[in-house]
Amino acid sequence: MSLKIIVLAKQVPDTRNVGKDAMKADGTVNRAALPAIFNPEDLNALEQALRLKDQFPGSTVTLLTMGPPRAADIIREGLFRGADGGYLLTDRVFAGADTLATSYALHMAIKKIGDFDLIISGRQAIDGDTAQVGPQVAEKLGISQITYAEEIQSIANGKITVKRRLERGVEIVEGHLPLLVTVNGSAPDCRPRNAKLIQKYKYAKTVSERQAESNDYVNLCHSRTCLFLNEWSAADVNADAKQCGLSGSPTKVKKIENVVFQAKESKTLDSSDQQIEELMVELITNHTIG
Amino acid sequence: MNNLFVYLEIENGKVEDVSLELLTKGRTLATRLNCRLEAVAVGQSLETIGEQVFPYGVDVLHLFDDARLYPYTSLPHTSILVKLFEAEKPQIAFMGATSIGRDLGPRVSSALFSGLTADCTALEIGDHEEKKEGKTYTDLLYQIRPAFGGNIVATIVNPDNRPQMATVREGVMKKEILDANYQGKTVSYDVKKYISDADFVVSVIERHIEASKVNIKGAPIIVAGGYGMGSKENFGLLYDLANTIGAEVGASRAAVDAGFAEHERQIGQTGVTVRPKLYIACGISGQIQHIAGMQDASMIIAINNDPNAPINAIADYVITGEAETVIPKMIKYYKKNSK
Repeated sequence: MSLKIIVLAKQVPDTRNVGKDAMKADGTVNRAALPAIFNPEDLNALEQALRLKDQFPGSTVTLLTMGPPRAADIIREGLFRGADGGYLLTDRVFAGADTLATSYALHMAIKKIGDFDLIISGRQAIDGDTAQVGPQVAEKLGISQITYAEEIQSIANGKITVKRRLERGVEIVEGHLPLLVTVNGSAPDCRPRNAKLIQKYKYAKTVSERQAESNDYVNLCHSRTCLFLNEWSAADVNADAKQCGLSGSPTKVKKIENVVFQAKESKTLDSSDQQIEELMVELITNHTIG
Repeated sequence: MNNLFVYLEIENGKVEDVSLELLTKGRTLATRLNCRLEAVAVGQSLETIGEQVFPYGVDVLHLFDDARLYPYTSLPHTSILVKLFEAEKPQIAFMGATSIGRDLGPRVSSALFSGLTADCTALEIGDHEEKKEGKTYTDLLYQIRPAFGGNIVATIVNPDNRPQMATVREGVMKKEILDANYQGKTVSYDVKKYISDADFVVSVIERHIEASKVNIKGAPIIVAGGYGMGSKENFGLLYDLANTIGAEVGASRAAVDAGFAEHERQIGQTGVTVRPKLYIACGISGQIQHIAGMQDASMIIAINNDPNAPINAIADYVITGEAETVIPKMIKYYKKNSK
């Protein structure tokens, strides 16, 4: 048995390591200071897909990502780790999309890709933490979903068994393929890049990237067919522009504010025995503790 | 029509706190909007749901009782909500930002083409102007949530699509009974008309859900540790202090990510929001996402070796020093003076 697997992945700013230079003096986010990375839970998702490919030879793992032209990095990163191919969905009409407009565009691209047995994505992306795109894509494709997956335990006879990690426990569920699975960060980490695959794919570029390159590169391109990465616009996937980007988004951002906390007047102590004892006596006396 | 709906999460016949918190918030907003507060219960053996939720000011309870509807699976619950919402046309719908609400909400919003905002930290009613189109909207739901890893706060509105949907984490809103004798009415539905066999493509084979062992949300005193505690072993000191003074142990996201503490102890925007009378922050630098979850503590003590740690700005007492030296001293002098 071989499986056709699509992995949804997103390039995100690394909001987990927000250093002091990540906020500008005026309090806005300095995007340039945040590196663009493969969304962490999407890497967990990719690993689940690659494990199925190991288990069922002949299976294919295809990445799908939506973003600006530089999000082609996501496809290359996936190829370095063992994916078979990928599609970058990029178009100005996608700009400003909320989760619903994003899932509309992704589902149109999936329809264009065609047949699949399984779609796997991370549970949520760290720039928005919404966990909405996976279930919304499933709904638009008319298939079911298994969210919060920690492990795809088995696939047999058209049925998938998945262990879900919930807030206060675990659930083992069984579902009929095709369906969509979203994977938690508690799932195994993704395998590292493979040196041979890096050699093979490091010059793989999309059409837009090739146009920006020198002639040497173009010549190299013509001699190696594996170097072409697929790039699709909204028109390529027959997407209705009205349902994409800002115009396809029911939610609107009314206001963005920087987070400001009311500073308190604080009393500073050192860690000497005397000062700690005085503090504990005070807390006991005013019944804060005890 | 045009009322405010809350989807109830039910575990073993008991309505979860997150839903009761949403009912409390929903009641306030419904009164402000002069509309009804309605609750939806989907599951099996729902006889006692009414007595559990009416005291929170629920005007109408919609009951969908069928053995196949518990435990939760995505499609049957989606089908029910979509059909109910198509008929009832709510203006607002709330769900818990839980593994159930975050599975169900996006599907329902996709089917109805309505906007959904995840993990809101505040919900308000207000007006909105679309300057480009010259349109003004009155009494929209302001869905306020942290964005960009908690570094900014965004206010989201859904001007044209209904229902305006939002999810909220457990512990973010306060749970408060309105009136123990509040009278609401119950409407029971013929479930067969709302679901089909095709909705049961996913089934639950095994389920191990434990009652929460940790009650950080209700603890009057919290001793919380951050990445600065350095190791899981050092977190043991926090338990020593907590056991001595009768507190619960909490942790920052960085400490949980590093494996120093379990996820259910996480405090902050992506964890639990707490309002204890005393919060002792040990080795926590004070990222916005953490501070947002504990700033309402009555008193804050920050123990940190960095005199410029952001958390110091909101602390009542700042102890500059290593938590490993300070905590044993706190235990020692508490024991000496408490008798």
